[in-house]
Amino acid sequence: MSITDIQNEIIEEFSMFEDWEERYQYMIDLGKDLPMIKEAYKTDSNIIKGCQSKVWVHAELKDDKIEFTADSDAIITKGIIAILIRSFSNQHPKDIIDANTDFIDQIGLKEHLSPTRANGLVSMIKQLKLYAIAYQTQL
Amino acid sequence: MFKLFTCSSNRVKAVARALSYKTNSISGVLQLQVMLNVNNIRKDFPILNRKVNGKPLVYLDNAATSQTPKQVIDAIVDYYSNYNANIHRGVHTLSQEATDLYEASRIKIQKHFNAKHAHEIIFTSGTTHGINLVANGFASLLNKNDEIIVSALEHHSNIVPWQMLCERTGATLKVIPMNLEGELLMDVYDTLLTAHTKLVFVNHISNALGTINPIEYIIEKAHNVGAAVLIDGAQSCPHIKPNVQELDVDFYVTSAHKMCGPTGVGMLYGKEAWLNKLPPYQGGGEMIDQVSFKKTTYAALPHKFEAGTPDIAGGIVFGTAIDYMNSIGFEHIAAYENELLGYATKALQTIEGLKIYGTASNKTSVISFNLEGIHPYDVGTILDKLGIAVRTGHHCTQPIMDFYKIPGTVRASFAFYNTKEEIDILVSGVKKAKMMLS
Repeated sequence: MSITDIQNEIIEEFSMFEDWEERYQYMIDLGKDLPMIKEAYKTDSNIIKGCQSKVWVHAELKDDKIEFTADSDAIITKGIIAILIRSFSNQHPKDIIDANTDFIDQIGLKEHLSPTRANGLVSMIKQLKLYAIAYQTQL
Repeated sequence: MFKLFTCSSNRVKAVARALSYKTNSISGVLQLQVMLNVNNIRKDFPILNRKVNGKPLVYLDNAATSQTPKQVIDAIVDYYSNYNANIHRGVHTLSQEATDLYEASRIKIQKHFNAKHAHEIIFTSGTTHGINLVANGFASLLNKNDEIIVSALEHHSNIVPWQMLCERTGATLKVIPMNLEGELLMDVYDTLLTAHTKLVFVNHISNALGTINPIEYIIEKAHNVGAAVLIDGAQSCPHIKPNVQELDVDFYVTSAHKMCGPTGVGMLYGKEAWLNKLPPYQGGGEMIDQVSFKKTTYAALPHKFEAGTPDIAGGIVFGTAIDYMNSIGFEHIAAYENELLGYATKALQTIEGLKIYGTASNKTSVISFNLEGIHPYDVGTILDKLGIAVRTGHHCTQPIMDFYKIPGTVRASFAFYNTKEEIDILVSGVKKAKMMLS
């Protein structure tokens, strides 16, 4: 599935909920399915800066695609990174670099896109794309 | 006369006056809590009418910044509508009027804090600016044998400037430790003071925990060894009225925006002798006496420390904000907020798994807490969706968070315009967050 297809799938899932509570509850549930980062990779250098909670992300190149794993000590943040990783993991670096992230707005989580927001969603997107840029040069 | 100073609401004045007859006894204070008409006071704050995420705003982040009453907002509009000019240098009428207003505000601040002279009040951009001004000034007065004492409860803004000062001068930084309740250990403080101690810096009230520190004791002991004392009053000035001469404090700093004033302006009080001793902080216009390329002589106090065009409107309405708070009365504010603190503490403690950090017997209306096993960021996010504004995180006090071994807390801080109904909304919000996040 392409990144756009996955994002559309996520939009469709979120459209089934009527209010913010259900959307947040679902986001928290998605966080529970997050591909878990290995403990060995939970290092300070893998922490994404700009988040009030801690977010660790690890990226590995498998064949010509990037596989992301992550974790966070806050469960809402975990849900957010899970949604991002679901749309970016197992994709070509170039597609990740080119991908837009407007779907965040469409699933009713627009407030998390504000740069003043302490969860660092913007920092997360930037970090995932930086991994893609780095791996792109190895291909 | 200038319209700017007629803006306190008559109603608030009347209420305050009616109450002032009843404040001489404890029972008077109790009676006053009932009489302090919060619903009327709330009408002074336009922002309290707005909705957040579809819910009525419940603003409980007052320790970060207080809300602004319409009297202060109107005064800002009035200044720019009628008096805007640069000060201290124009011969034209506008400039003189603006200068008069600015200097009248300085006198108002002087009287509020009971400073001996108006020129002991330096306008700053806020508490952090005041601290940096003093730290920078002391760089030329310290050497490597000297010692500086700070407390474990300090805000980063009262740690970092002193660390920088120590790096520059080679002086040693010592820390007064705290106990689990969030109180400073005065017996250890006694042992930290030596003949080498030159400066002691402590906040009057902890921003993260609300602890009121025994600054009278701290000042007296520091003076016994010849050290100067700077008190960070950012958190105290919204709740109490410090008397700098009675405290005998050498420096006292605060910000206007914590006490119903605008952001970007604050004040540094310094004893005349100390302010004369310290070198200027910034060079520029306003702070000079004579300038030539060979030598510049500096202006007298307070202008020596007020380089460049200041926040004129901010400085003027800082005075308006002080008028506003005095019209309600600090004794009434303190009594009412104390009642809110007691009510909220009791209600929050009924929630299983909720732990309050900072349980000093002497504290202001700040409650820092966590839900067991739940990150404070998650709690804050859910509360925000419910229209409740609290602060989450380390509150710029990482050493305190390290002490408790937590990433941060949720902090609810109450002002005199908050209500018990709002506390009820907070409590049910925390319960909902707990349910969603567990």
